[in-house]
Amino acid sequence: MLRERLRNVGSAVALSLCGLMCLCAVLPLAAMLYHVIRNGAPAINVAFFTQMPKPLGEPGGGLLNAIAGSLTLIVLASAIGVPIGVTAGVFLARASGSRGAFWVRYAADVLSGIPSIVFGVVVYELVVVPMKGFSAFSGGLALSLIMIPTVVRTTEEMIRMVPYTLYEAALALGAPDWRATTSVLLKGARTGIITGVMLAAARVAGETAPLLFTAFNNQFWNMKLNQPIASLPVQIFNYAVAPWDEFHQKAWAGSLVLVTLVLGLSILTRVATRGRYEIIQ
Amino acid sequence: MEATYSAGLRPRPQLIISDKVFNVLLGVAGAVVLALIAILGSSLAFGSSAALKVFGWHFTIGTNWDPVKEDFGALPFIYGTLMSSILALLIAVPVGVGTGIFLAEIAPKRLAEPLAFVIELLAAVPSVVYGMWGIFVIVPLMRSLQEYAGEHWSNCVLLSGPPVGVGLLTASVVLAIMILPFIAAISKDSLQAVPRTQAEAGLALGSTRWETISGPVLRYARKGIFGGIILALGRALGETMAVTMLIGNNPQITASLFRSAYSMSAVIANEFSEATGDLHTSALVSIALVLLVLTLAVNALARLLIWGVVSQSEGKAA
Amino acid sequence: MRSTLRLLVIGMVACLMLGIITGAMAQVKLNGAGATFPEPLYNRWFYDFSKQTGMQVNYQGIGSGGGIKAITAGTVDFAGSDAPLSNADLTKMPAPVLQIPTVGGAVALAHNVQGVGKQIRLSPALISGIFLGQITKWNDPKILAENPGANLPSRAITVVHRSDGSGTTFLFTSYLAAVSPTWKSQVGAGKDVKWPIGEGGKGNPGVAGLIKQIPGAIGYVELVYAAQNRLPVAAVKNRAGKYITPSPASASAAIKGALRLLKADVRSSTVNSSGSEAYPISGLTFIFVYKQPAANAASLAKLLRWTMSASAQQTAAAYQYAPLPADLIAINSNLIGQIH
Repeated sequence: MLRERLRNVGSAVALSLCGLMCLCAVLPLAAMLYHVIRNGAPAINVAFFTQMPKPLGEPGGGLLNAIAGSLTLIVLASAIGVPIGVTAGVFLARASGSRGAFWVRYAADVLSGIPSIVFGVVVYELVVVPMKGFSAFSGGLALSLIMIPTVVRTTEEMIRMVPYTLYEAALALGAPDWRATTSVLLKGARTGIITGVMLAAARVAGETAPLLFTAFNNQFWNMKLNQPIASLPVQIFNYAVAPWDEFHQKAWAGSLVLVTLVLGLSILTRVATRGRYEIIQ
Repeated sequence: MEATYSAGLRPRPQLIISDKVFNVLLGVAGAVVLALIAILGSSLAFGSSAALKVFGWHFTIGTNWDPVKEDFGALPFIYGTLMSSILALLIAVPVGVGTGIFLAEIAPKRLAEPLAFVIELLAAVPSVVYGMWGIFVIVPLMRSLQEYAGEHWSNCVLLSGPPVGVGLLTASVVLAIMILPFIAAISKDSLQAVPRTQAEAGLALGSTRWETISGPVLRYARKGIFGGIILALGRALGETMAVTMLIGNNPQITASLFRSAYSMSAVIANEFSEATGDLHTSALVSIALVLLVLTLAVNALARLLIWGVVSQSEGKAA
Repeated sequence: MRSTLRLLVIGMVACLMLGIITGAMAQVKLNGAGATFPEPLYNRWFYDFSKQTGMQVNYQGIGSGGGIKAITAGTVDFAGSDAPLSNADLTKMPAPVLQIPTVGGAVALAHNVQGVGKQIRLSPALISGIFLGQITKWNDPKILAENPGANLPSRAITVVHRSDGSGTTFLFTSYLAAVSPTWKSQVGAGKDVKWPIGEGGKGNPGVAGLIKQIPGAIGYVELVYAAQNRLPVAAVKNRAGKYITPSPASASAAIKGALRLLKADVRSSTVNSSGSEAYPISGLTFIFVYKQPAANAASLAKLLRWTMSASAQQTAAAYQYAPLPADLIAINSNLIGQIH
């Protein structure tokens, strides 16, 4: 009788411990959001989004160039990574059982596990040095390498969700193979692919390491693709390790903008995807 | 019987040029993905050849990192990367698996879904923001802890060192928070893949709730959870920014948790753009190569375990 | 949802296009990288320069070593470095390089010891002892001997040094090698050395940040970093036996003390300079530029001439740097004239 009581108590304790563990998991996120908002919000003002950084000693200034730079890099990375990724994803979905598909799928998996700084090193050696300059282009290229595996895997999964019979029906109606693939499979998977791309873009928006020696950084506004470009994560890093309090404030504000962007995109895509799955069922 | 994609779309005669071109295009894209791996590997191998020619395999066990005398050894960085990742796992595994158990087995669905979503958001936060938060929030806490340890447990080698705040333990704690969502998500998925019959059998035999979970259910999900842990290890090994900002950047191997260390990705981030001298640059590329090989091996191991679980559950569910 | 997404994508691409087009019409841009020693001043200079001339000069502080690497690879137009290129280094450069000193500065020993009551005094022996790891506590008898009446705590000394290749390290270790034979044989001088002990910070800002955060820390930073962060600095005993506080005046005195040697070769050592008011850890910071740059030769010359102007050198003084003596400015004008 006692042993049974002990077992029950033990079970209750263990279960509540698991609940405690869950709390421990949620707490850091809450703490981080709290600190980012508390420290970053006071430094956010209109000037932050419309002005360029001012040198030490001059009050005010903003991170306009870094925000614009990050957006530019994301668009550039998508422009390079999405066509390659989506096409490779279509290849995987169509040639699914073949040896080639196995190796491509394996390669995409391997690519997704590589630390991002390794991409930075490789792009530096292969692009920055021959080009004789740091550039937005090399930064975008490094980021696209990080995006490609995610886009490939998402595209393949989304295309596999389109009912096979629709593809067969298009063929039966006389459409050529390529037309059936693009108009039926790709179109049907379009929303899923776009959400996958947005998730990949959100991930890439926060990457710092590969940009350190490709896009470099820039005090000024720059839109030329063959020149260094500012980016939000690199600027946050520089400000965070600098000793000046006003730089720290800017770093918190930049973190707030970055976290809002990244979390906002993630939440948006997650909500959109959930709605879609319900419709299919 | 409905055809599925797993066998591939049935090949049909490519009668028109546009179809042939289309297929070639698809093949090219696939080839590009494969080529990327080859380019990565060969670029790193080429860049590190100079250093490896000079130091040979002793590069991985050398403890000296002296840019002035041009003597390079990677051991302090390998140690730092491995130690910080293992410490991070020690913290993240109990919390992550416990969270996974809570979300999969204990919490009501209305609570579990939003909670799982919130925890996944942890994975979306950029590394540099973790690093910043670590500098301004965790480091002062760690410094107070170090001062307390210095007063009360000054004999313990593990806790020795000046109250600097940055160091191995600080980096490991923040790293643990970063890999937590992966362990929790994969544990939850693995536990949810366990057939109901396992849990019911346990209960039928008179086990308490916890005994069923820790017994038949966990045993069944063991492989997947372990795979998730290895995957998290792979991510921890490659983490750069947060570690650079928190580990102290000192290439030393000490027993103390509080002292500074250096990791492979951190030294590349700090020194790569400044490495004058071809040997220095080559040594850093060699470290990148070692890092690549390490993460590839760990990820391959994880994949082996997780794929096993997925195929198992598909078989059972059919 | 889909149409708004499409609009968003089109909008972003349009902005990108617009940016590229307007960017292509923009003014000359110069890129430089290197020492963090003069970075606060350079940022101010280039901001003023862009206001006056419309020319944008982007400078990133990645350490002197990084600057040298960048200009060797040709990825920047000019490099900043506190460590001059020796004759051996010059032969390794792909084309002839001009080394133009822009300002002088003091390497201050900043620390984080509170409540001492008076300025901490350090002799060369004490500094090398601390950085070699031989002196480990602030109330070590050797330190107390130099600082009678100071309220030094029993805290451990945490040494902070650079983790990246640094001209500031070069200046500091040159000083230590000059005053301590033990240091010279065990560690040596250079942009990046194997430090016997201590925490690594990235750039002057990183070191200043660590000193600020760690009670009991001591490290070497350019004076403006200590001043702007309100970090107390130590007075250092110079060759003449006086304890000198780092300042624009004492750095200028050090440079004047070495002027004879500098007029012959601007790369001459300025550490441990003679002169009763000289701060012993002072030096010049340089800009490296190719004699025949691949592009923007005229703009580079214009920029460098501007930095030699009286107003620019006065701004330097406001930022705690030592303006160049007239003799050096004359030498520089000569050098700048060689850029074509």
